[in-house]
Amino acid sequence: MEQAQDTLLREFEEKIECGFAIEPKDRMPAGYRKHLVRQMSQHAHSEVIGMQPEGNWVTRAPSLRAKQILLAKIQDEGGHGLYLYSAAETLGVSRDELIEQLHTGKAKYSNIFNYPALSWADIGAIGWLVDGAAIVNQVSLQRTSYGPYSRAMVRICKEESFHQRQGYEIMAKMMAGTADQKAMAQDAMNRWWWPSLMMFGPHDSDSPHTGDAFKWKIKRHSNDELRQKFIDKTVQQAEVIGLTIPDKDLKWNEEKKCYDHGEINWEEFSRVIGGDGPCNKQRMEHHISVHNEGAWVREAAEAYSAKQQYSKNV
Amino acid sequence: MTEQQALYKYSLRLGDNALILSARLSEWCSNAPFLEEDLAVTNMALDLIGRAQAMLKYAGEVDGNSKTEDDLAYRRGERDYYNNLIMELPNGDFAYTMVRQLFVSTFELFFYEELQKSTDATLAAIAAKTLKEVKYHHLHAKDWVIRLGDGTEESNRRVQQAVNQLWMYTGELFEMDGTDALLMKDGIAVNAEHLKMGWIQMVTQILALANIELPADGYMQSGSRMGIHTEHLGHILSEMQYLQRAYPDATW
Repeated sequence: MEQAQDTLLREFEEKIECGFAIEPKDRMPAGYRKHLVRQMSQHAHSEVIGMQPEGNWVTRAPSLRAKQILLAKIQDEGGHGLYLYSAAETLGVSRDELIEQLHTGKAKYSNIFNYPALSWADIGAIGWLVDGAAIVNQVSLQRTSYGPYSRAMVRICKEESFHQRQGYEIMAKMMAGTADQKAMAQDAMNRWWWPSLMMFGPHDSDSPHTGDAFKWKIKRHSNDELRQKFIDKTVQQAEVIGLTIPDKDLKWNEEKKCYDHGEINWEEFSRVIGGDGPCNKQRMEHHISVHNEGAWVREAAEAYSAKQQYSKNV
Repeated sequence: MTEQQALYKYSLRLGDNALILSARLSEWCSNAPFLEEDLAVTNMALDLIGRAQAMLKYAGEVDGNSKTEDDLAYRRGERDYYNNLIMELPNGDFAYTMVRQLFVSTFELFFYEELQKSTDATLAAIAAKTLKEVKYHHLHAKDWVIRLGDGTEESNRRVQQAVNQLWMYTGELFEMDGTDALLMKDGIAVNAEHLKMGWIQMVTQILALANIELPADGYMQSGSRMGIHTEHLGHILSEMQYLQRAYPDATW
């Protein structure tokens, strides 16, 4: 039995080694399935919870065009949530179960959405920095070893790059605007920069999930590599529109050809992940209450569909 | 009133209907009973913003005071808004929102079918595009009203309650005033009164499929043609116009 298991694992790992994608009906180790369900559901929940801070500005968007762009963006995020839930379902777990795990705290979502969207510039900062950071990670995931996940990522990346440009456009417009607008934009930058860097997770030396994820090619680049990529592309974008990165230790490292950055506040990171952030409770209570309030609608839809089915059969 | 003034007011009215209903629908964003519906309602809100943009832009052009669609949306007070009251009523529960969508989209189905034939080329073009969208809005609302009406006891009760509450705001959809009369002479405006029979028939048919009773004829609330609104519109505008009012020199 054990020998058979070993053979299976070896075959699976050889397949991965040769660069083949793993598909839903292929045999895969329990650990691989578990890792993917955890990662994909976290990713799906992040898309959905991320609708809340942006949704906070929908009714106050300052122009018809701005409102259209913001609504369409949030709609995209919801759509990403749907693909990812569906992709996770190919591993034998239902959307209901995943939502249940979110509500009981067993599943997580990206920590970044535990921060509040306080001004219109935050909508710019979320698009530019948060989606910008997400893209760096997602581009790398386009080549992840699980087929449905990788295909979902290809589509998601296309849309995210729009969001990033739209977010940057908001920031650029505000930086070219009145003194109030510039102050709002810089304030948003100051509040979102560090949490955006935290989105890549702990330093490689402290990251608990990396071992098998690398071997199984779920993950293709390390947290620190991805974070560095994000910093290097973002610093110049900030400079172009006159925003200051709130890091006094940030400087170009000629030898390494990249930016060195200051120390990330890991204490804040663990505190917020642990539940004590500005919006953790608000986000979860909102999701739970909307879900519960909608129960009668879902029940009615099921009852109606059962009646239809019944009259079809009689 | 000149024909130009009438056309300005007519476009404004159609633009305001779309703008204010889109404001209400967009409030469902991240609040819908499940994800697919969140996306569907947002989609309709997006269609409506697009329509509002086109109508208000045209109103600005007709008026000739170089006001943009954003000026008209964000810098106008509530007494100068002409949307029907039904658009501005708070969303209520999902049944209430869907019943409103049914009443409004059924009206718009008939209305834009006619407006396509307007002698005003811009209104006719916007109407043709709108009609395609409205067909979907109508189908979506109809499906939900039937599904909820014929779903559980609770959902049936909620739909019936929504129908009863919204009924008194449906009369206004068919109201006409001097603006309509003036524009109808040249075949620009639609005779809304003529749409009423078709609307009643279609709504009656759908509500019957949903096991919902039609309310008895009764009092119909009115006011929007004169810019007299419910207490709710002021709150929609306070939120919507906040940044434009707080930072009048800024562009966004």
